[in-house]
Amino acid sequence: MSQPRPPNGPSGAGTNPSVVLPKETSSSHNTTLRYPSNGKTIYHRHLSRSKTAELSQASFAYLFSEMVTYAQRRVTGIQDLEKRLNTQGHPLGLKLLDLLLIREPPRSQSRPLNIITLLHFIKINLWQHLFGRQADRLEKSSDPNALDEYMIIDNEPLVNAYVSVPKEMSQLNCAAFVAGIIEGVCDGAVFPAKVTAHSVGSKEEGEMWPGRTVFLVKFQDEVLEREALIGKG
Amino acid sequence: MSYYFAIISPLDTPLFEHEFGTSKSGGDGQPRFTEQARHLNQFILHSSLDIVEELQWTNGQLYLKVIDKFFQNYITAFVTASNVKFLLLHQPTTSVPANAAAPNTAQAAASSRVNSTSVGANPTSPQTEEAIRNFMNEVYENYVKAIMSPFYKAPNMEIRSPVFRQRVAAAGRKYL
Repeated sequence: MSQPRPPNGPSGAGTNPSVVLPKETSSSHNTTLRYPSNGKTIYHRHLSRSKTAELSQASFAYLFSEMVTYAQRRVTGIQDLEKRLNTQGHPLGLKLLDLLLIREPPRSQSRPLNIITLLHFIKINLWQHLFGRQADRLEKSSDPNALDEYMIIDNEPLVNAYVSVPKEMSQLNCAAFVAGIIEGVCDGAVFPAKVTAHSVGSKEEGEMWPGRTVFLVKFQDEVLEREALIGKG
Repeated sequence: MSYYFAIISPLDTPLFEHEFGTSKSGGDGQPRFTEQARHLNQFILHSSLDIVEELQWTNGQLYLKVIDKFFQNYITAFVTASNVKFLLLHQPTTSVPANAAAPNTAQAAASSRVNSTSVGANPTSPQTEEAIRNFMNEVYENYVKAIMSPFYKAPNMEIRSPVFRQRVAAAGRKYL
């Protein structure tokens, strides 16, 4: 930056969030913030503009392969690698939650209040936005010991389209990245959960869909506790 | 009417604060809080968070209307999908002490008596409710744009953009 930074500019003031000066409006005149040459910032863009825009799958696959390579550096094992992919997806989920809600028509804008509404939001809105179609199935665990577990099933995850996992890493499923996005949405909506991706292609009815992936959503106890309270309410 | 607006993160950290006054019925858009009230405002606003957290699970709407009242201070809440709270404290002009804005008070009080249904005077009227809803929706739109920035770490980072502040101020001028 060529300009000297003013001592009280917005970048210097208030590193502690609780010390925001209310009379800061005048400081916009001496800010070092640089606008793009056409004068348009992110605030000038319409939120629904790229609603139907599509990204080339080739470029996505290229970026995704770089992300996996990046995550793979100095990992201790497959679990660690999946955790890193999960961490990469998490912030996306947090942000998409707000974006997808505001793109809904104003009449149907409402926060998900229970697990089913939230999972439907993920299965329909989130999947539609990310992959251009809905997720294939939504299931609740039938195991009485695992009432906090739900499964979102995708027959052929887009992220895995060009991923071939070596034999010695057969447990790895790179859709852990998508699991991270789901986890971000759940955490953002105050339904704290752990989400993991599992390949089930080779088993039972998997003949037809070798890449079938189950996203196992395990909610924390407090979510179920609240759910029971609201249900009574 | 004077307003104090704050965005509170899910971890109860303030992300953004703004004070402004009414621009309707001849208002000049300046807040008329006393120095003491300005400190108290933050306290009142944060103390209403408990009520918001109770209400947000009974009502899926984003806009929760007036949820709390502390003497002449009304608190309106708006909860986003990612559990970020927008809180607006509004204080009708009539409660301003005479010494705070001596030349204007009589005039302002007179005008607020004339239009008792106008946005500036009656904090619980349907018109005010609707005006605040529009204000909140506009701020929400800009908030979502703010978090779309790849450099913004949702949901617990202070919003420092001067453009965002201008946008909030503009929404305040437009609706309140």
